[in-house]
Amino acid sequence: MSTPSIAAGATTREMTFAQAVNAALREELGRDPTVFVIGEDVAEAGTPFKVLAGLVDEFGRERVVDSPISEAGITGLGVGAAMTGMRPVVDLMFGDFLTLVMDQLANQAAKAHYMSGGKLKVPLTLRTTMGATRRSAAQHSQSLQAWVAHVPGLKVALPATPADAKGLLKTAIRDDNPVVVIEDKMDYTVKGEVPDDPDFTIPFGVADIKRVGEDVTIVATSSMIRVAMAAAAELEADGISAEVIDPRTLVPLDVGALVRSAEKTGRAIVVDEGHRGYGVTAELASTIAERAFYSLDAPVRRLGAMDVPVPFSPPLEDVTVPTPDLVAQAARELVRG
Amino acid sequence: MSATVSRTEIGAELGLEMYRRMTSIRLFEEEANNLYRSAKMPGLTHLYIGEEAVAVGVCSALRQDDWITSTHRGHGHCLAKGAEPSLMFAELLGKEAGYCRGKGGSMHIADHENGNLGANAIVGGSAGIATGAAFSAKRLGTGAVAVCFFGEGALGQGLVYEVMNMASLWALPVIYVCENNLYNEYTHYLEATAGDILARPRAFGIEAREVDGQDVRAVYAEASELVERARGGGGPAFLLANTYRYHGHHVGDIDRTYYRSKDEEELWRSERDPLALHGRWLEKQKLAAAGDLEQVEVEARAEIETGLAFALEAPFPDPSQVTEDVYA
Repeated sequence: MSTPSIAAGATTREMTFAQAVNAALREELGRDPTVFVIGEDVAEAGTPFKVLAGLVDEFGRERVVDSPISEAGITGLGVGAAMTGMRPVVDLMFGDFLTLVMDQLANQAAKAHYMSGGKLKVPLTLRTTMGATRRSAAQHSQSLQAWVAHVPGLKVALPATPADAKGLLKTAIRDDNPVVVIEDKMDYTVKGEVPDDPDFTIPFGVADIKRVGEDVTIVATSSMIRVAMAAAAELEADGISAEVIDPRTLVPLDVGALVRSAEKTGRAIVVDEGHRGYGVTAELASTIAERAFYSLDAPVRRLGAMDVPVPFSPPLEDVTVPTPDLVAQAARELVRG
Repeated sequence: MSATVSRTEIGAELGLEMYRRMTSIRLFEEEANNLYRSAKMPGLTHLYIGEEAVAVGVCSALRQDDWITSTHRGHGHCLAKGAEPSLMFAELLGKEAGYCRGKGGSMHIADHENGNLGANAIVGGSAGIATGAAFSAKRLGTGAVAVCFFGEGALGQGLVYEVMNMASLWALPVIYVCENNLYNEYTHYLEATAGDILARPRAFGIEAREVDGQDVRAVYAEASELVERARGGGGPAFLLANTYRYHGHHVGDIDRTYYRSKDEEELWRSERDPLALHGRWLEKQKLAAAGDLEQVEVEARAEIETGLAFALEAPFPDPSQVTEDVYA
């Protein structure tokens, strides 16, 4: 996998996605005394996913704060703390709980800077999760990135690799705006090389070409990078060269990189685990179609989660999300007409 | 400051200053109403007339670096915390010189330099922000306290209880000031509020008190105690201030007889007016000589009129500014 975010010659270490998130938080908590983490079971429990394990031992309960089960409350508290000199990292256990914090996020955090004519700043990071196929049913499996990407004033990051998880989270914490970082729960055990440099950050709005190819562009986000990479391997066996490109942040969006790749290959597929209807794939596909139209040999295709609540039963759940086979099939149809 | 401030300890300087601030709010709001009625102001506004003693009594107990959050009926809080009428009028009119460069309007005035984290048009929406400001004051050791102003209508919002719970758990220096003006928009609060209001904060272990919101000295005395208590590490408090909104829910709410009587309005105006009550007290205590109060009003009126003239003359923002300030 090509990972241009890791500079040539940088020393790296293999770690899981979860360890990379943990390392980012540890480094930022250590670097800046105004950073704190707040959320349900973030201290001794280290979250149900154990992503925050050990942080409370190092930084104490004043900075790794176990909260009541009050998602709106901790997000609102985070907004106020962010306005008054701190850099909160609010831990929202499941992305489905975005429904509970939407006023504080969309009406407060996202709008304070604009409504105040630039006087107030909200350097808030909200970390949450997404992703189906964990047999968690409809209220613990949604991928709601489209909801937050729709609100001007918020930035939205979707890391797909351990290195991106660390670099994007560190950038989010240092950013002066509210940033929603959405991690795929199924990615936490995935391993990858991660730079050791404590100042390793990944700029927002810069896409990463995860795999270089010539015949078709697959734009994928988060969990769908794994799916797209597997599809690209399948396609290679068929003699089709797929380029896989990861925007990494939905807001800001690296429009140029997506358009250049589509212009180069002449064909594009967009894959995101959110629902297909009115979703991220619609925005990315239309962005490409509007700007690369005369270079395209075929309409832009898009694959997302089916427009049904995520079902519990495995045979039902598994058909709701894009798979490598489905992505490869779409690519073959595009390339072979 | 001593733990208890007796109302009678209020001297001429503070007494007249509170009178001046209440007068300034009253005159500002009357002009805001005129702006609406003469179609010079875009949109609507929610007048604070009748409730002046709450904002002035509470904010007189605060330092400049103490935080407040405010509501859709927020002009009084802004002025009491030190905002300039000229820049507020400019904001009401959508002018570039306004506190928010014309991007916020009446319901969103923020004045960070004076500790005002913004008026908020979501009922109860700022409860988290005020609590978070108190959280950071405690963590950063600034000694500041935060005051969350909200109307009794916000008692219907769950967020208020989520953050009161945390404020109590963590002994945060925040004062929740509930301005009970009797009406959730067009509905009497008793139709919307079960049980005892003070029992709600008390259930969280929060010190809760009730005060006559038309008596600026009583509000000041209670607020001073609660603020110093919070500043000293004593934790959060809840102050229920009973007051009355003379005008409608907003400036366009003219016909109100379907939800309250004209007799009721007249009774509050004639018997319970916070400016008249305080003015009479100042004179009775000989803290104001003959003509002093008139002089305060003349000066306040001059400031309001100058500010209004400035705002009316000020230019609108260039449309190119629409994309500025989306991100820091």
